[in-house]
Amino acid sequence: MLFEVKDLQGANVPPVSFALAAGQVLAVRGESGVGKSQMLRALADLSPHEGEIRLIGTEQQAMSAAEWRQQVVLVPAESGWWADRVAEHFATRPPATWWERLRLSAALWDAPVERLSSGERQRLAVLRALVLEPRVLLLDEPTANLDQGNARAMAALLLDYVEEHDAAAVWVSHNPDEIATQEHKRLEITAEGGVLHGPV
Amino acid sequence: MDLYSLTPLDLGLAALLVLALGVVQLILGLGLFRTLAFNSVRMVLQLLLVGLILKAVFDAASLPWVMLIAFVMLGLAGYEVIARQKRPIRGWHGYGIGMAAMSATALIVTMLALTMVIETDPWYEPQYAIPLLGMILGNTMTGIGLALNNLTQTAWQSRKELEARLILGHSVKDTTAELRSDSMRAGLIPTLNMLAAAGVISLPGMMTGQILAGTPPIEAVKYQILIIFLITAATGFGSLVAVQLGAQRLFDERDRLRLDRLRSGR
Repeated sequence: MLFEVKDLQGANVPPVSFALAAGQVLAVRGESGVGKSQMLRALADLSPHEGEIRLIGTEQQAMSAAEWRQQVVLVPAESGWWADRVAEHFATRPPATWWERLRLSAALWDAPVERLSSGERQRLAVLRALVLEPRVLLLDEPTANLDQGNARAMAALLLDYVEEHDAAAVWVSHNPDEIATQEHKRLEITAEGGVLHGPV
Repeated sequence: MDLYSLTPLDLGLAALLVLALGVVQLILGLGLFRTLAFNSVRMVLQLLLVGLILKAVFDAASLPWVMLIAFVMLGLAGYEVIARQKRPIRGWHGYGIGMAAMSATALIVTMLALTMVIETDPWYEPQYAIPLLGMILGNTMTGIGLALNNLTQTAWQSRKELEARLILGHSVKDTTAELRSDSMRAGLIPTLNMLAAAGVISLPGMMTGQILAGTPPIEAVKYQILIIFLITAATGFGSLVAVQLGAQRLFDERDRLRLDRLRSGR
């Protein structure tokens, strides 16, 4: 298994277990406030938690936090921008096809962050995560601020990335159609914990 | 030249000015009257008490007494550092970081000055040691308080930006580089202002005091220059130590930003 989570639990995270193979996406649903975002934070090791999380067999606590987060990358609902210009936030420049697929103008590369719209921020935040070539993507409503066309383009890019890079994704979404569910799993979270649906 | 001694009546006249300020505040409804009155009374009592203690210590002139006074001053300064922050680090760590930074700088700088620069005999000569430590500690405390306040406040406000870097696998060192240098600068600003204003815009308090007491101006100036260098070094190193220790405490061993280690705002 690429990504295994056993008895994950934290202060605001109900107990959750699941495992993902390469190419698999886990769609996460649950009422707001139930702890979906907190679960993603724990998976990225951003907040204290209990349980076992393994990437290709290696336990999270067995590698350095920086090493883990470069391979298990979180894209939070609200992205943070610490420098003045867009380019300063990227490890490398994303390929031209990604800019085109997300309908982003290449000129944004040199643009000041303060001039970005919320939708542009969201798409660029996904790109700066993807250039790290992570094995696991932790996505917190990556299409929330996008119009329908852009949302579809974003979902398609993310699903293609997972397939082409033998990666996996944990994807919090309110839109059930966004992620094709035949080959992917679904996690319903309530205050009592997570219930897994779909292929094993 | 003899010192013109001040009578209680003289001090009462000066106090009337502050009282007048308080009354104006009250009339304008600014609500600072009580704070002003409380702190004025507190200042008078504190200074009278210190005057009495200093007289006793000067008469005794023994090392244990000087050490005791120094540690009491250090302890109170440690408390003040915490009191000046909006969101100080919780528990003993917050107190300890300020204390460690001050003892590592104010105490050492004072001792160096006494043993190697002024060369008083004995080196703990209380008439020199205590006022010197007081001035250095007072400034260091302000600097460290400002630096730590900037560190904790900014970290609280820029949680999203700091975590955005951690998420992408940046090290804590890279993530906090700007935060740390900004906080260092915040701690040093009063000292930099003092360097620029000394003698031109403001006559430093110690120099004024010495001149009032009859010391030749050039002698007073030499002492003032010494003090300013000592204060600058102690404040700079103090802020540096405090910011490094404080920034470390904001993150745990798994490089997580732990804002839960800060007290909630007041």
